[in-house]
Amino acid sequence: MNLDRLLPNLGEWLRGIGPESDIVVSSRVRLARNLADMPFGNRANAEQKTETETRVRNAVATASLPYALEFVDVAKLTPIDRQFLVERQLMSRELASVLDGPRGVAFNETESVSVMVNEEDHLRLQVMRSGLALDEAWTEIDRLDDALEANLAFAFHDQFGYLTACPTNVGTGMRASVMLHLPALSLTKEIEKLFRSLQKINLVVRGLYGEGSRASGDLYQISNQVTLGKSESRVLQEIREVIAQIIQYERRARQLLLKERRQAEQDRVARAIGTLGSATMITSEETMELLSTVRLGIQLHLLDDLPPTTVNQLFIHTQAAHLQKLMGTPLDGEERNAARAKYLRNRLRELGSHQR
Amino acid sequence: MKCQRCPKPATFHITEVFGHAKYRDFHLCEECAQRHLANPDASLKAAQTATPPLPDADLTDEFGGKHCPACGLKFVEFRNSGRLGCPRDYDVFKDELLPLLDNIHGDTKHAGKQPRLQPMRQANAAERERLRGELESAIRKEAYEEAARLRDRLRQLDDPAPGA
Repeated sequence: MNLDRLLPNLGEWLRGIGPESDIVVSSRVRLARNLADMPFGNRANAEQKTETETRVRNAVATASLPYALEFVDVAKLTPIDRQFLVERQLMSRELASVLDGPRGVAFNETESVSVMVNEEDHLRLQVMRSGLALDEAWTEIDRLDDALEANLAFAFHDQFGYLTACPTNVGTGMRASVMLHLPALSLTKEIEKLFRSLQKINLVVRGLYGEGSRASGDLYQISNQVTLGKSESRVLQEIREVIAQIIQYERRARQLLLKERRQAEQDRVARAIGTLGSATMITSEETMELLSTVRLGIQLHLLDDLPPTTVNQLFIHTQAAHLQKLMGTPLDGEERNAARAKYLRNRLRELGSHQR
Repeated sequence: MKCQRCPKPATFHITEVFGHAKYRDFHLCEECAQRHLANPDASLKAAQTATPPLPDADLTDEFGGKHCPACGLKFVEFRNSGRLGCPRDYDVFKDELLPLLDNIHGDTKHAGKQPRLQPMRQANAAERERLRGELESAIRKEAYEEAARLRDRLRQLDDPAPGA
């Protein structure tokens, strides 16, 4: 499959719509599932992995679902294509470049549903929704799980629930996460206090690309840690309550910023747009930071003419693999920084954005 | 090396000495080590209920002996990698896993979704897995009559008679 056709699309998680989308970027639910009669990935040989892949592929192809899932053989992809799918949040870094052997990912046209095969677990199902929509994501993934289960026997234990390679996922196998944009709480340094209190109630805070990644562009993923002993609906309820509170804190911090240092914020936003529109070399890290400031500027109405979805497009298109696909050629780090700056200059000129 | 109580890396290596030539090693992360040091008696009790009684000499390699008949994983390998080898490990190492699960999740009993559509198939899969294990051990013991019987049972499960 030629992945380039995805390039013009934003993908579900960056559509920029949905409830609370001024703060909540996206909601995601994933389920870990394993075949009952196969060793887990780290213990499976190539032959067994191939069999797992074949069985899951067939189940995905024949599943009774209102959308089609297209299977991509990850082992056959180029490194840029793999990175491209990671940037679009369709598969994990592990599946892209840490693991080897037969493995793949199936996803639908709108990129809201994906099924990874031969990751740490045999199957990792994922459903994405833009904005705060955990319930919708759960309903969708529950249906996907049932549809796949019609053709696959999953490892399930009366006491321990769905069995997983790592005991941290056993039980529901569910990780529900909400990606938040929290620039005002980051500015006022309240964020660390907030995260310490989240840890105490067993919620995990991660950066943009999941486990081990740092928070770039004030984007944070908050997800549950516990998978055993609590039902899916109870976990979702607990996350919802916490997210509602964080949204309140962030809104309050934003209002405070406007009240106490409007001029300074206006200046910061103008400088961010200025740098993005005139730099000749720029890293992905700096781009994300500046886009975070611009995004906040849009939400605070300090900036005209720039719809939030444009920020999302600049955000995804300036990621390493997307950028190289847009340029149509592989680029090293320095070349990428130059290409990224050029892309941003051109796009912002086209958009003709002006500060109010 | 992983902590013996949770999946974090072990940074504390503690040797408890109990009287004459009796000792026990603990490899723990900072958090679990603090808990252990604050209340060694309770901690020790938990460790002892978690592990089978040990022969005298082999104290450090305490989990090395047991392995899963289906995937061959030894518990010590799980300690090092943090990953289990197959679904059966949850039963094979149940005693060792229970305190760990309680530590991670604060619970040891699933309370969520159950497979809806294929309870029969689930039962068959577990049965098939069990029979396969027995078949292997029958072959190892050269109990061929037993092996043939198990193989027939397996075939029956794989290909149930029409209308069954």
